[in-house]
Amino acid sequence: MLTKALANIGKYMLLMKSVFSRPEKRTVYYRQTIREIESHGLGSIGIITIISLFVGAAITIQTNFNIENPWLPRYIVGVTVRDSLLLEFSSTMVGLVIAGKSGSSIASEIGMMRVTEQIDALEVMGVNPAAFLILPKLIAMVLFLPLLCAISVTIGLLGGYLICLTSDVVPVSDYIYGIQYVFYPYYLTYAMVKTAFYAFIIASVAGYFGYRVEGGAVQVGKSSTRAVVLSSILILLADLILTKLILH
Amino acid sequence: MIHLKNIYKKFDEQWVLNDINLTLDKGKCNLIIGESGSGKTVLMKSIVGLVKVDEGEIWYDERDFNRMGKHEKQALRKEMGMLFQGAALFDSLTIEENVMFPLNMFTRETYNQKLKRVNFCLDRVGLKNVNKQLPAELSGGMRKRAAIARAIALSPKYLFCDEPNSGLDPRTAIRIDNLIHDITLEFDMTTIVNSHDMNSVLEIGDKVIYIYEGCKCWEGNREEVLHSDNKALNNFVFATKMAQKIKKADPT
Repeated sequence: MLTKALANIGKYMLLMKSVFSRPEKRTVYYRQTIREIESHGLGSIGIITIISLFVGAAITIQTNFNIENPWLPRYIVGVTVRDSLLLEFSSTMVGLVIAGKSGSSIASEIGMMRVTEQIDALEVMGVNPAAFLILPKLIAMVLFLPLLCAISVTIGLLGGYLICLTSDVVPVSDYIYGIQYVFYPYYLTYAMVKTAFYAFIIASVAGYFGYRVEGGAVQVGKSSTRAVVLSSILILLADLILTKLILH
Repeated sequence: MIHLKNIYKKFDEQWVLNDINLTLDKGKCNLIIGESGSGKTVLMKSIVGLVKVDEGEIWYDERDFNRMGKHEKQALRKEMGMLFQGAALFDSLTIEENVMFPLNMFTRETYNQKLKRVNFCLDRVGLKNVNKQLPAELSGGMRKRAAIARAIALSPKYLFCDEPNSGLDPRTAIRIDNLIHDITLEFDMTTIVNSHDMNSVLEIGDKVIYIYEGCKCWEGNREEVLHSDNKALNNFVFATKMAQKIKKADPT
């Protein structure tokens, strides 16, 4: 099992070497990157908005429930919701949701291209298929996912605001005061850097699993599942490592 | 011209190609025939470099393919066109975008120049008014023709066709065969066709190579293929009842 894992790491490294080789024509890659931003970035705003809205509202209720104490000011709920979203929830949530949505899509798209010989066709034409198929997706995701993280934080805070507005969890004025109280912009940088790392993991791992498919539709499905599972685990591992490195 | 010298390839412990020596002529349709699993697809993929051979030399005119670096191989591949068994058109692109793809990648022409070339190629393969359609919207024969149009977009010197007739009805198959033959002569290409369809052999086989269990078993042309005394070849050529009846009726 260890040998297999090491072999896979080696193959992944070799694939990444091909991915980062010089593009045949920059304009074609540029156009492809724009398409990928539209597909994996803009196409994910909806789902991130919905999830963030509910998670923001739920965190607000839970935080209030857990720190209900007459000695603590009410605005602490706002501060905690903001920092929870910034430091952990939004980046990890965006990472895991996009690993499921875009990771499976990338792995199955490239996998289907492999089994229908479209990758061979690219290779025979003289195009570097690894770079052409994976690099634009990688760039698109590394550029756009941090933006999705910022959107997620904003919508999460909005979710908290709406729950305060529609129920008696925390007075709205305390919540608004709390989310503005002692704000460290560095937290936002930290969240966006983490998300950029997650984006790299998702695109490269899904690309790797798709690119190495052998067989037919069943194998494409299996590799897509493996890509999502491994990306999710690596995201959580990266979360731990990056938190230790950046925040300590 | 493509020249193969002592090509060997094995998967696990099974020899798939065993000492293949071949010359594939320019301006001719070179047909590689053989039963399923005989090694002809591996041979074609070895020639284009999709499969790495264990031993042997592959010469494209005066260029030794196995000794080429990555960039030299990429440059040579711009001189190749390939028609895959399932056409291998890019699903997400329209027919026009598919045919324009190699032009976008490797030329600096303007959009209008590229469009003119695309329309010429589509017209040459007999496809009209399909520019904006997706591959999934075309029939099997039309997809094959679109794939041929893409393969000839960069005016290749070498054209490879892997089972161009698979899944097609006999009339469409003959149209595809004739199209491949005509463009071979028109553009003076070295064309290599993998097939197990005897109609193709008799229609366009300027040169026929029979592969049997990974070895080159016989070489000749379409006239000679029916009159060979090679037992393995005869078993392949006269496998169907119809072919056996024809042979019985006209043993000469």
